[in-house]
Amino acid sequence: MRNIIALPLLGLAVILQSAIVSQFSLLAGYADLVLVLLAAWALQDGVTTAFHWAFLASIMVSFSSHLPWFIYMAGYFSVVLFALLLQRRVWQAPLLAMFSVAFLGTLVMHLLSYGYLRIVGDPLPFRDTMGLITLPSLLLNLLLSIPLYGFMRDVARWVFPSLEEA
Amino acid sequence: MKDLFSRTLQTTIIFLVIGGILALSFGGFFSSITNRFTGGFVSTQEWFATRYQAIQEFLAAPRDIVSLRTRNTELQKQVSDLQAQVINLQQRVNETEILAALVDFSRTNPENSYKAASVIGRDPSPFLHYIIINRGSNDGILRGMPVVTSEGLVGRVDAVIADAARVQLITDPASSVNVHLKNADTDAMLVGSVTGDISLDLISQDATIQPGDLILTSGLGGGFPPDLIIGQVVNVQKRAAELFQRSTVQPAVDFSRLQIVLVIINFRAVDIAPLVPTTTP
Repeated sequence: MRNIIALPLLGLAVILQSAIVSQFSLLAGYADLVLVLLAAWALQDGVTTAFHWAFLASIMVSFSSHLPWFIYMAGYFSVVLFALLLQRRVWQAPLLAMFSVAFLGTLVMHLLSYGYLRIVGDPLPFRDTMGLITLPSLLLNLLLSIPLYGFMRDVARWVFPSLEEA
Repeated sequence: MKDLFSRTLQTTIIFLVIGGILALSFGGFFSSITNRFTGGFVSTQEWFATRYQAIQEFLAAPRDIVSLRTRNTELQKQVSDLQAQVINLQQRVNETEILAALVDFSRTNPENSYKAASVIGRDPSPFLHYIIINRGSNDGILRGMPVVTSEGLVGRVDAVIADAARVQLITDPASSVNVHLKNADTDAMLVGSVTGDISLDLISQDATIQPGDLILTSGLGGGFPPDLIIGQVVNVQKRAAELFQRSTVQPAVDFSRLQIVLVIINFRAVDIAPLVPTTTP
């Protein structure tokens, strides 16, 4: 039942992303708070609702973005997938797994966005896009990973108190 | 009788002795002795007085500390309240200045009707240059309406919901605006980019463009009303091998600091897509 925290938490993340995080740009890129939050959540022990969170997040974000919902859904689902794949392989270094998921997730998300915008005819030079948007966004997402992982670990302990006791 | 005389004599002698001692002491003849006596007295009194004051302070001080701490807390709360008020008023002053500029702008352009809106967000994707405003269809906002500030053109409404709308900025890579260069008296196309810079394309090779030339909307295509300020030409790239000249543009609007914008609500964008000829096989 405590999983319902996803609704206010993701809602707040989308609002913060749109109102604040997108104002702090490095070159032309900025951090993706929702993506990093999803990655941090999916990497927590005992989490079985990461795909549900990704679905909810993609609906919420696409509501305020010009990009269609299926791009966000594909991107966020791939983030959760990476997290589930890496969770068991690098379980001894959760922060390393977090960095890896944030890195791969950002790359996939940007490739999907780039591909879609190229298909609909937006003139986006690949070199400029990589250098001015993707690389700065990667750096910002990795920086954001550290505090968000700790925060989501606390949320996971609150949602799954039985795991902490065990 | 003899006893009475002797007692009187004794008393007289005692008074004379005391009077003499007093006279000698007032005359300063016993100053060393009186100094020792008064010095000892004063130091003893001082010792008692300081101890008494210390005890009094010890007993009274806790009450003072509590009251002072209470007072300090009250004053700190007042200070924080006043600081919040100062920040709030400063914000209102800034908003008032922006609104005053917008009112001036709307008065100088009476042919248009405006609806003021606050910028409440930006597109979550860094690939896109869109803003979100707090006015929607409930306020008469429709898709395609131009958005301006007192400085110039901002963009056009891309999507609308009841209480909010998304605006595509002219800096967006997918944005294109038909413009007119006033000094050169020629038309061109303004396009955005991923970096948020804007540039001019499709400028005729015959046109003479100078840095500083004013760029206005031309109104062609029906997407924007004519004569809205966009910016100035920064430099011109003219190559003989190319069909058109290009130019970088300094926008009149600072897109990173957009707070309040005006939506031109009496302008209906015309969709000319059906009129554009298509190539037949």
